[in-house]
Amino acid sequence: MSTGTPYDVHSIRQRFPILNRKVKGKDLIYFDNAATAQKPVEVIDALTQYYSYYNANIHRGLHTLADEATAAFEATREAVKEFIGAAHSEEIIFTKGTTESINLIAAAWGEACLSAGDEIILSSLEHHANIVPWQMVAQKKGATIRVIPMNDQGEMDMAGFHALLNDKTKMVAVVHASNALGIIQPVEEIIRSAHQHGAVVLIDGAQSSVHLDINVREMDCDFYVFSGHKVYGPTGTGVLYGKKHILNSMSPFLGGGEMIKEVSFEQTTYNELPFKFEAGTPNIADVIALRSALAFITELGKSAIRMHEDVLLKYATAQLQKIEGVQIIGEVENKVPVVSFVAAGAHPQDLAYLLDNNGIAVRTGHHCAQPLMKRLGIVGTTRVSFGAYNTQEEVDVFITALEKSLKMLR
Amino acid sequence: MENQRTIEEIEQQLVDDFALFETWEEKYEYIIDLGKKLIPLSDAFKIDAYKIKGCQSSVWIHSHYENGRVFFEGDSDAVIVRGLVAIVITVLNGQSPTAIAEAPLSFIDAIGLRSHLAQTRANGLSAMLKQMKLEASILGGQSSSHP
Repeated sequence: MSTGTPYDVHSIRQRFPILNRKVKGKDLIYFDNAATAQKPVEVIDALTQYYSYYNANIHRGLHTLADEATAAFEATREAVKEFIGAAHSEEIIFTKGTTESINLIAAAWGEACLSAGDEIILSSLEHHANIVPWQMVAQKKGATIRVIPMNDQGEMDMAGFHALLNDKTKMVAVVHASNALGIIQPVEEIIRSAHQHGAVVLIDGAQSSVHLDINVREMDCDFYVFSGHKVYGPTGTGVLYGKKHILNSMSPFLGGGEMIKEVSFEQTTYNELPFKFEAGTPNIADVIALRSALAFITELGKSAIRMHEDVLLKYATAQLQKIEGVQIIGEVENKVPVVSFVAAGAHPQDLAYLLDNNGIAVRTGHHCAQPLMKRLGIVGTTRVSFGAYNTQEEVDVFITALEKSLKMLR
Repeated sequence: MENQRTIEEIEQQLVDDFALFETWEEKYEYIIDLGKKLIPLSDAFKIDAYKIKGCQSSVWIHSHYENGRVFFEGDSDAVIVRGLVAIVITVLNGQSPTAIAEAPLSFIDAIGLRSHLAQTRANGLSAMLKQMKLEASILGGQSSSHP
């Protein structure tokens, strides 16, 4: 929760060691937060502490180290439960990231619940990670993929969505906030309508989890997935939230240790949730450190961070609009702090080179959303995305560097 | 034709040219300038068959063989990459298939292109050169089998 003290970005920056480094001789300006966020020192310390003091395999050992490691690992599960407002900690499954979470659901839920002729609804704004796993299971089960159209602003076309819903709809898997454009999608309406048709809903929270208050019970989504590394946590950590009764109805995804209750060569009884879906030794250290990342966000307060980031978003948007030939892609009110733009006479890749030469990290290209880029009729964009530690001064340096780069290129 | 410079000589010339610039900003300006001056590739060659995979932008390289020498033309939709295309064409154009295959291409490291350009894009540069060497050896091989 927010402490009520004013948001002090400069003291927050001191908690991120990487922000002290120079890139190409300049102070690093990190504007690629939608790809991955930097880590506060407490996350880095948690990793060191684990490996230096209580590294052990979890859940099985009866010695002190195993006990401490297990307690720390399970404490993260509790923290994630609180972070997204889940009802039960066994509804939290650890994966290695959003991509693995979606693959697990597509394979394990799809295996149990999809039959020939069923329909899966996705949107035109999806990341490849929320397209390809569905194509794989659809092909296997003889299901069909239907795609929610979007308007020119990058919002899902809700009339188009309602028209797609029917009794054959079994799954609606959509992004909460678009990674390429930052636009927050009307997931509440999608979930409500899908449920009226008896469909299950997966929300891809890769971009929303760090910026928006998430309460999966209020949202009433059936699955919510996100990556630890985008919420200031370590890479290789992911979360799959699923409603208990749905997770129980699914078959395991991977077989091995941890996920079993009893094994004989004739038959195996599976373990209970969440262990049924966590075969093998998990990513113990990184999951433990993820808790420190969630604590960092909670300490600052998501709404305080969002207010800070929103100021940067609006400021950067206004400054970009002043530059001749710059067009912002996806200009709507309701966005996470992501600005995607194209600039006349400048290929995104050229901008990436020249901005990098100024120490500025941005993302360019199709952002793993080729169908979206095709729909927009562009090859790619330059994407600027903000985090808790970015400043207005950094935006100014970026705008100056961008203007200079455009002058060089045109 | 007798004055044809060797690849090593051209590489050295490039290294010397780049050494004149003090900052990378100036080097970029030079690369952009080379990109802008590169003769555009005919649209007929801007097709998948001539496209180099591994670059974030589109890059096309077309080659042909004439009197024992390989000639290249190329293009890209990004101007800095066009500049890089211009540079590699300068180095390899009009050389024999054997000379191209054996070209040291040490100018890339000497100029600092590999260390300064982010890896993913440097890979694009490597992909470009690999493709040009491959085409040269194919063109050379075809010609020797049809004397």
